[in-house]
Amino acid sequence: MSELSVDHLLGIKYLKEDDLHLIFETADHFKEVINRKIKKVPTLRDLTIANLFFENSTRTKLSFELAEKRLSADVINFSASQSSVKKGETLIDTVNNILAMKVDMVVMRHPNQGAASFLSKNVDACIINAGDGTHEHPTQALLDVFSIREKFGEVAGKKIVIVGDILHSRVALSNIFALKKLGAEVKLCGPKSLLPKHYESLGVAIELDLKKALQWCDAANMLRVQNERMDKSYFPSIREYTQLYGLGLPLLKSLNKEIVVLHPGPINRGVEISSQVADSDQAIILDQVENGVAIRMAVIYLLASKIMIPA
Amino acid sequence: MHPKLLLNAHQIDILLHRLACQLIEKHLDFSKTVLIGLQPRGAFVLDRIIDLLSKYYGVTDIAHGKLDTTFFRDDFRRTDKPHAANATQMNVSIEDKCIVFIDDVLYTGRSIRAALTAIESYGRPKEIELLTFIDRRFSRHLPIQPDYVGRQIDSLQNDKVEVKWKEITDEDAVYLIKEIL
Repeated sequence: MSELSVDHLLGIKYLKEDDLHLIFETADHFKEVINRKIKKVPTLRDLTIANLFFENSTRTKLSFELAEKRLSADVINFSASQSSVKKGETLIDTVNNILAMKVDMVVMRHPNQGAASFLSKNVDACIINAGDGTHEHPTQALLDVFSIREKFGEVAGKKIVIVGDILHSRVALSNIFALKKLGAEVKLCGPKSLLPKHYESLGVAIELDLKKALQWCDAANMLRVQNERMDKSYFPSIREYTQLYGLGLPLLKSLNKEIVVLHPGPINRGVEISSQVADSDQAIILDQVENGVAIRMAVIYLLASKIMIPA
Repeated sequence: MHPKLLLNAHQIDILLHRLACQLIEKHLDFSKTVLIGLQPRGAFVLDRIIDLLSKYYGVTDIAHGKLDTTFFRDDFRRTDKPHAANATQMNVSIEDKCIVFIDDVLYTGRSIRAALTAIESYGRPKEIELLTFIDRRFSRHLPIQPDYVGRQIDSLQNDKVEVKWKEITDEDAVYLIKEIL
């Protein structure tokens, strides 16, 4: 298999297992590319990509932009705060205006679930979902699972616990889809109020005790508490949350095995993870960031290969 | 049409020995030389030549690498299916060295053009030569010529020259498959 089964990356849910393997194998090659003296390849020199961010982002936006530039694509950036969206323009009008400038691919982050899917049905361009509300964040899951694969050699059979604010996390949902498709076992851990009600339908288990969850797993993905998405109080206090679900060095060292610690960023040091853990050898947080560029290069390259040059 | 055998395993072995000797003539102890096999199939020729140089001619520890040119090809988005990339292994410095690109078949020259661009990512070599096991000399699309040739084959544009290496098939052989008109 040398091409993806999809024309857009809207979510991990829509990918097949073979798609995930192809993305990872391609990312292996791009990881080598970004470690060369000259970290750029000319592959996408005739393509233009628009990064549309209707929601704040630092690392995802930078990572996409760097991936696009490493592939030699022309890049235009758009953020909602400085745009005509504020003047009442609709999403389709905004995107169609951008596409009229001969843009081939759109990377979009949007606060509403399903925005990327909606766009893919209404505009004539390849769409990459860079996060849509609390729904999916496919490239983050791809880089998380790629980092797990890199650390362990394979994903199948590995035990992964996702800790924290699962309810508001698009990273968690995309991770669950990717890990399950590749044969990993997944548990969710966090306060009951921050766990989804219908978790059984996702094929995952729940563990409310953090120490037990960590004792069970090979790798723990520590999520941030997303205060900005909370319309009410989901736990009594940050201090209590940290006491019950924060990962500190004493807890990590008390386990009878060495686990791998992931975090999708941005980190709230001292809340879901302590500084000592974030900076420890068991944390692969900076590897995730590096892998993010390689994964996004792979996704863009594979999707771009389906945009044929007219004869 | 039934494939016509152009070279058998023994003939291939003789040609590889000659190519190894020609490289020694020019590069002597290989101290300023880096051999680069072009992925995927040039890597087999590279491994064979390194093996012969070490086993029969006492030249060991030759700096070498394997270069994939997929992301530098000029037919991206022009073929039905994208080309699958292969691993690049370039744990060697090429700065101011004499590079010898090694491939199994030189046809249009487009892969070599891609390799000439790809190698720039690793530094600035002093010079670059080209060794090809088979040279289909009348099929070139670009002004690229080899410095070392195992065998020249004169074939029509649509003929197929199939080089089999026992690393991936059960034999070492070169076949010419004529187009059925």
